[in-house]
Amino acid sequence: MSGTSEPKVAANARPKDMPQSRGHGPGSQFQGGEKAANFATSARRLLRQLRPERVRIALVLVLSAIGVALNVLGPKVLARATDAIFAGIIGKQLPANLTKEQVIELLRSQGKGDQADMVSGLDLVPGQGIDFTQVGEILLLALGVYALAGVFAWLAAYLTNDIVQRTVYRMREQVADKLNRLPLSYFDAQPRGEILSRVTNDIDNVAQTLQQTLAQIVQAFFTVVGVVIMMLLVSPLLTLVAVVTIPLAAVVTAVIGKQSQKLFKRQWGSTGELNGQVEEAFTGHAIVKVFGRSREVEREFAAKNDELYSAAFGAQFISGIIMPVMFLIGNLNYVVIAVLGGMRVASGQMGLGDVQAFIQYSRMFTQPLTQLASVANLLQSGVASAERVFEVLDADEQSPDATGELGVVTGKVEFSHVDFSYSPDAPLIEDMNLEVLPGDTVAIVGPTGAGKTTLVNLIMRFYELNSGTILADGIDITTVPRADVRGSVGMVLQDSWLFHGTIRDNIAYGRPDASPEEILAAAKAAFVDRFVRSLPEGYDTVIDEEGSNVSAGERQLITIARAFLVDPSVLILDEATSSVDTRTELLVQRALKALRTDRTSFVIAHRLSTIRDADTILVMEHGAIVEQGSHADLLAREGAYWRLYQSQFQGTAVDLEEEAAPAH
Amino acid sequence: MLRLLAKYLRPYWLQILLVCAFQVVAAYASLSLPSLNAKIIDEGVATGDTDAIWANGGVMLAMSVLQGVSQILAVLFASRTAMGFGRDVRAALFDRVLSFSTKEVNQFGAPSLITRNTNDVQQVLMLVFMTGAMVLSAPIMMVGGIFSAIREDVGLSWLIVASVALLAIVIAILIVQMTPLFGVQQTRIDTINRVLREQLTGIRVIRAFVREDHERKRFAVANEDLTATATHLGRRMMTLFPAVMFIMNMSSVAVMWFGGIRVDEGHMQIGQLTAFLNYLMQILMSVMMATFMFMIAPRAAVCAARIQEVLQTEPSVVPPEHGVTEVGLHGEVELDHVDFAYPGAAEAVLHDISFTVEPGRTTAIIGSTGSGKTTLVNLIVRLFDATGGHVLVDRVDVRELDPDVLWSKVGLVPQRPYLFGGTVATNLRYGNPDATDEDLWHALEVAQAADFVRDLPAGLDSPIAQGGTNVSGGQRQRLSIARALVKKADVYVFDDSFSALDVATDARLRSALVPETRNAAVVVVAQRVSSIRHADQIVVLEGGRIVGLGTHDELVASCPTYAEIVESQFQNTEVAA
Repeated sequence: MSGTSEPKVAANARPKDMPQSRGHGPGSQFQGGEKAANFATSARRLLRQLRPERVRIALVLVLSAIGVALNVLGPKVLARATDAIFAGIIGKQLPANLTKEQVIELLRSQGKGDQADMVSGLDLVPGQGIDFTQVGEILLLALGVYALAGVFAWLAAYLTNDIVQRTVYRMREQVADKLNRLPLSYFDAQPRGEILSRVTNDIDNVAQTLQQTLAQIVQAFFTVVGVVIMMLLVSPLLTLVAVVTIPLAAVVTAVIGKQSQKLFKRQWGSTGELNGQVEEAFTGHAIVKVFGRSREVEREFAAKNDELYSAAFGAQFISGIIMPVMFLIGNLNYVVIAVLGGMRVASGQMGLGDVQAFIQYSRMFTQPLTQLASVANLLQSGVASAERVFEVLDADEQSPDATGELGVVTGKVEFSHVDFSYSPDAPLIEDMNLEVLPGDTVAIVGPTGAGKTTLVNLIMRFYELNSGTILADGIDITTVPRADVRGSVGMVLQDSWLFHGTIRDNIAYGRPDASPEEILAAAKAAFVDRFVRSLPEGYDTVIDEEGSNVSAGERQLITIARAFLVDPSVLILDEATSSVDTRTELLVQRALKALRTDRTSFVIAHRLSTIRDADTILVMEHGAIVEQGSHADLLAREGAYWRLYQSQFQGTAVDLEEEAAPAH
Repeated sequence: MLRLLAKYLRPYWLQILLVCAFQVVAAYASLSLPSLNAKIIDEGVATGDTDAIWANGGVMLAMSVLQGVSQILAVLFASRTAMGFGRDVRAALFDRVLSFSTKEVNQFGAPSLITRNTNDVQQVLMLVFMTGAMVLSAPIMMVGGIFSAIREDVGLSWLIVASVALLAIVIAILIVQMTPLFGVQQTRIDTINRVLREQLTGIRVIRAFVREDHERKRFAVANEDLTATATHLGRRMMTLFPAVMFIMNMSSVAVMWFGGIRVDEGHMQIGQLTAFLNYLMQILMSVMMATFMFMIAPRAAVCAARIQEVLQTEPSVVPPEHGVTEVGLHGEVELDHVDFAYPGAAEAVLHDISFTVEPGRTTAIIGSTGSGKTTLVNLIVRLFDATGGHVLVDRVDVRELDPDVLWSKVGLVPQRPYLFGGTVATNLRYGNPDATDEDLWHALEVAQAADFVRDLPAGLDSPIAQGGTNVSGGQRQRLSIARALVKKADVYVFDDSFSALDVATDARLRSALVPETRNAAVVVVAQRVSSIRHADQIVVLEGGRIVGLGTHDELVASCPTYAEIVESQFQNTEVAA
């Protein structure tokens, strides 16, 4: 629906609502916890991707370390303020004419040993209230420490973001470059959506993972270290209590994590099944209805929906209790510290401020632990995505270009003992020989799957031969750069590929340096000029993705104009069978005929007129040329061509000739 | 979004109430901890009373456990509610889509409907869960925190207002800055997707015209644009955390200073100062949590709107309440002055179409793309309803026929043959579960598919992937024809079903079909003149109107459009010349 905008991730996952889950299996779009097959290797490779950023990373480490250290120092500074205030309060209650030692003596003599201990632990002057100059100084110091901590943390985060974005930029660039070096056979084997999703979704996921984990791991690590050091400095005994929670938290996370992973697996399983069923029912909607299967489909859906409900409930519940359980552990820790700390303050072994600081430390301590638990999950999914990107980067590339020179081609093409197959177990073209003279038109005919398109692909060197050679003007095309071969061959394919841009740019695609006059001439020759003039913006009309502003036939004409402009000496044409309205169809045919004049042309032919006029007809069956010759020769031979002609053209043509005859 | 939530959360009101109750209990327990801690300090530490420390410590322990347990229970009910909600919305969506006619399905597009039924529901469901399990506690904690903090000392409450306001302002500034960037980022992601998709579809053309470098630059520009925006956005996002940390730390320094003064003046005790500090932290944390809600809610809202859009679309084809189930005749189709237009479309797809297909006769429909051929056959099987005139099957208007009766009469072979995941046999039995293996083989023979099925490793039990992607286009088409034949229908509709077959197979199949369809009405949509020239009657469509009706010979002589089609396919003039 045009009126609704896609939600952010959904849109990003599937542009224009196109489901691209084929390669992932059904429903993978929200299986956040995909597992990497080889976690360690892929994680290492992901780290290696960060190598160009090592200076910045080192800087981030230093900045974070300082930031965290300052942050950790904060509570300790604040603790001194608390102590100062506490001392002031206690001091105020004591008689002003006594010294601290006298007060302690006095308290002991009154049997208040506990209080005496406490007072002895405080830095107070009896009778004097809170020393605000001292408190003010401490607080200013604290403020300074926190401000610096903030600045350092911010700098580290800022740099981390840059590191991640630059790394991701490079990864996208690498994949895009890689795609240019991959042989076409790679693209035959991979669904388009799959590749697309690796460059966009997976790299995005890597970005998010890196952004969140890099910052968090560094932060959490330094915080844990810093906090432990500070806690030890404040009170080794209480530290022991706090540290006990680590194994407790670890055990709890491990137990719950294991359970939830099992349940999540089940949830993903049922999600996949449900999505598969929805996909099937909606894609085959008409069949489901007309074959009267709605009720069965609904029943099946209900069962899968219930299964997903119970699986998802279990998974969400179990994973949802990690946080409360961690909170509980944190709170228990808090209680124990409060009680033990209180006892120690009361006995004068510890300052009140230190207890307060310790409580803050223990909070700071449990938080990164919870963080690390969630980071582990995120990392799994990020590395799985990275692995899928690396798979593309690892695919076999086409052989490097040779350095020979082709020069200007006159249009002579030879096939000599050519063997070719797309896959080793299904041989297609075997020992094919052919010689085409400059200016000849070669019509290739035969049933679907006979290898007609393959032949053309080989001339363009889209695929590599198994053996044999193809020669252009007597030069083996594997001894010169691919670009040279392709530069001298023009191609008009059945699917008229145009890119998002103006009609002018689309015509000039093969020769961006063409002058406006040349473009106009090509457009006129291909009958493009006529309909372009009727468009409000003429040659500046932007062809949109759906191509809704130009018809299928007009798109074909534009691709023909594109070939005219390049003016190649060898031409490859795939005569379209697609249904274009009859008037445009005639224009397409006339334009193609004009384009063929004076060029060596290979035509995958569907029209009798083209075939009859061809200098050579190649009849292909099962990858082999079974017959070769002119129309008259081949008809006289009464072989494969004759049979094809009989079944496909002759019947109607003869009828029509008979009907048309009286008119002559 | 609210209406969707209101409607589908209603059955779970009790559980939602429980979630709220447990969150309140958890918040209460959580908030009691700092004040208990204050008591330990004020009643125990300051006075040196160890018993008070132990007593209050015990209460604290109990409160911690209470807090943990209620939180877990809240998660339990929240996940039950959210998952139940998700299940119900999925079911409602699925049922609604099944009740749609092809018109509504096309309007949304099957892929979009799939996304809505799966991914979109998941987004909204996660919002419900997160709200119940976490976000809901934020306002409770905030209110409770403010209340408790004020109870400790009213004089310091202005500090709460100031800190919350400061935090809110900083967050608001960042969000205001980030929101447009999110939009820009999305368009740039779309651009990079588009460029890449173009490069993948056009890879042959790009390589043929040796424009790899140009395309590489085009991608690099899109990549740079996206990276620039993502970097800006990321920098702001990364500012959030340090900024919040700083504000929280600043507030605690402020509390110490102003609190110190209050303590000195005797308005509050030192333990209360510590408690106040703790409350303030909790309040600020809940403001953060609320921000989280702001982040996830807009996305879920978009998803909810997309779900609502489907749920609020009424199916245009509604089965009759008491459909006709008994018909006397078998195998006749009549179109009587039929019009069809999409709602709101300026141009009707079909105008005033009338013709009759008699039992045992074949009617072919030909015309260029967009002439309305597929729409026409979809009217016969009632995937659409005519907007004018009548479509009659066996002399009963299809709108009055019981859908099960109508669909049991018709064997449809759609333009794009769709096979279901399963085996060859389960696909063939799709319209007739009781068919025997012999029936299946017979249908396969007629459809010219027996040979290749026999060659499959497991024959009829060979697996078929979802959508039939593991067999070739031609094989899929033939299996789809066999599937329709297994139904033994009274009316067969072949919507351009022979296009992927080579000419010889096409011819064999058509001659094998003749005895099969002896008593049935056959409607064939075709592109190739050669495959329909022997039909009993040919309907020529152009621009949604019938411009010719008759046999091949009649039409060649009388119908210019037909003659033009024949000419373009056979180059009559050149052959004749």
